[in-house]
Amino acid sequence: MIQIKNLHKSYKMGTSSLHVLKGINFNVEQGELVAIMGSSGSGKSTLLNILGMLDVAEEGDYILDNVPIKNLNETKAAKYRNKFLGFVFQSFNLINYKTALENVSLPLYYQGIPRKERQQSALNYLEKVGLKDWATHLPSELSGGQKQRVAIARALASKPKVLLADEPTGALDSTTSHEVMDLIQKINQEGKTILVVTHELDIAQMCKRIVKLKDGVIVEDKKVKQVLASSYV
Amino acid sequence: MFNRDRWREIFDTISKNKLRTFLSGFTVALGIFIFIILFGLGNGLKNSFQEFFLDDASNAIFLYPGKTSMPYKGFKENRRIEFDIEDVEDIKNNFTLFTEYVTPRISRSALTRYKSQSNSYTTRGVGPAHQFVEKTILMKGRFINKKDIALRAKYAVIGRLVAKDLFKAEDPIGKYIDIGSSVFKVIGVFQDDGGDREERNIYIPYSTRQLLEKGNDKVDEIIVTFNKDLGHTGALAFESSLKKYFKDKKSIDPRDPNGIYFQNLTDDLKQTQQFAVVLQLIVSFVGLGTLIAGIIGISNIMVFVVKERTKELGIRKALGATPKSVIQMILQESVFITTISGYTGLILGVFLLKNIGLKLEDYFIKNPYIDLSTAISATIILIIFGAIAGYIPAKRAARIKPIIALRDE
Repeated sequence: MIQIKNLHKSYKMGTSSLHVLKGINFNVEQGELVAIMGSSGSGKSTLLNILGMLDVAEEGDYILDNVPIKNLNETKAAKYRNKFLGFVFQSFNLINYKTALENVSLPLYYQGIPRKERQQSALNYLEKVGLKDWATHLPSELSGGQKQRVAIARALASKPKVLLADEPTGALDSTTSHEVMDLIQKINQEGKTILVVTHELDIAQMCKRIVKLKDGVIVEDKKVKQVLASSYV
Repeated sequence: MFNRDRWREIFDTISKNKLRTFLSGFTVALGIFIFIILFGLGNGLKNSFQEFFLDDASNAIFLYPGKTSMPYKGFKENRRIEFDIEDVEDIKNNFTLFTEYVTPRISRSALTRYKSQSNSYTTRGVGPAHQFVEKTILMKGRFINKKDIALRAKYAVIGRLVAKDLFKAEDPIGKYIDIGSSVFKVIGVFQDDGGDREERNIYIPYSTRQLLEKGNDKVDEIIVTFNKDLGHTGALAFESSLKKYFKDKKSIDPRDPNGIYFQNLTDDLKQTQQFAVVLQLIVSFVGLGTLIAGIIGISNIMVFVVKERTKELGIRKALGATPKSVIQMILQESVFITTISGYTGLILGVFLLKNIGLKLEDYFIKNPYIDLSTAISATIILIIFGAIAGYIPAKRAARIKPIIALRDE
């Protein structure tokens, strides 16, 4: 599903430049649930941003679902993001003046799907994350866990190939974190490829594979025995 | 542009962000409103000005006889020059192409009486053309006509204030008044924008005045209005050929500065017109200034709006919004708001201008107005600049990487 070869990225900091990714190589198969771990400054978020086409690498190849991601202009990147990827952010990033239902149907709006169909589909995804009754509520009326579930529903709505989650539990307490991870595991069991960036070991252990980054290189890449989040709930 | 779904998205955004909508709408409405009011008042000021200074026909040349100061063709110096009615006819016949109206004028001051009321007024013996030269406006009855001149009729056309002084509430038409112990029948009452002094005059046929002065044919002064098509230079050329003609006719040395005096209003006209141009410039400047202030206002609001929405735009981009769709959304929204509020301001401004119009005449603002095409163009300019002002930050926002837009937590 994802093939990455020799990926480099550095940021300009005034006169000097900071080399963040120093040659990353790894592949992700269809249906995997991968945790990307590392302390802050290890380059894990940068890697995720490049995977999410929110940022571009300086060197190296990135192939997503057999499509080489290269020389993207903004318009093309937007179309690929919409078609291939679903995002879940630490700070949820819901649009605060739109209801849960409208937030979930927004990626479908950009796919050009008619309004009725869009709303039906969005409602189905809200039901899937258990928030059908909250469809007409604004984000400000939802708890943190509910907001993250709306965000997950939104990420799924466009039927992406890969779900990218950047510290999805970072702003949540442990009970809510386990609920959200339970949802992510269930989605993964349905066959969706998911990448989770986290610095919490217990969250990483709920994935099937852990990739550890340190100072811009992969120091460890191992399959682990998945801990089911439902066992905590 | 006519995508129903996109419009629905825009209406949704507008209705859910009322403060933002109100702020940008209010700026535009206020800008247009103030523009219309100031421009309208400026026009009102211009109207008053024209009324004050453009009272007399501005294309008039006044000819007065004087005394020569040089001997010429066997005549001694210090000879008194006189005009008579033949001179008037000569101008009419010899300068047909250049002149509009020609009239003699003989001014005398006389005690005028009606019943027990009496006062001293200036009586002007004039021809029918004088009405146009002085821009006399008749309120009642008629002005002196050719028949009155031929018959040397004892008819008088009196000023509004003469009528007010002598007749009080009575209707003066058909009544007889005593002017310098001759009886005249009042055939008309006039008003004049030139002010109170003008409205204290009495007009009688010049031939009647001549008859009263022992039947001579002398004329005090001659007033000629030249063809307006001549322009400033043409008028000066006409004046000098008229001067040459008269000096020749009256045997005055061409170098003699005295003998005949010419007063040409074309110089005054030029000055007045220049002043009017300056006034127009001030009005336009005020209008332009307001418009620029409005444009700056809407630009600020647009920058603020886009800044405020940076995060939302980042989210939209992460979800698959193309830069084009982001720009289109912001532009369509801003143009929609500015159009609606611009025309609201336009209607309010025009409405207010219509309603205050009459109440401001005491403050030298007469009939303030703005022609609709100016008002509408101003609104359109503001809409266009609102769109440009929205486009620049929108383009920048659309280009910004979603990762940067999403970072500002």
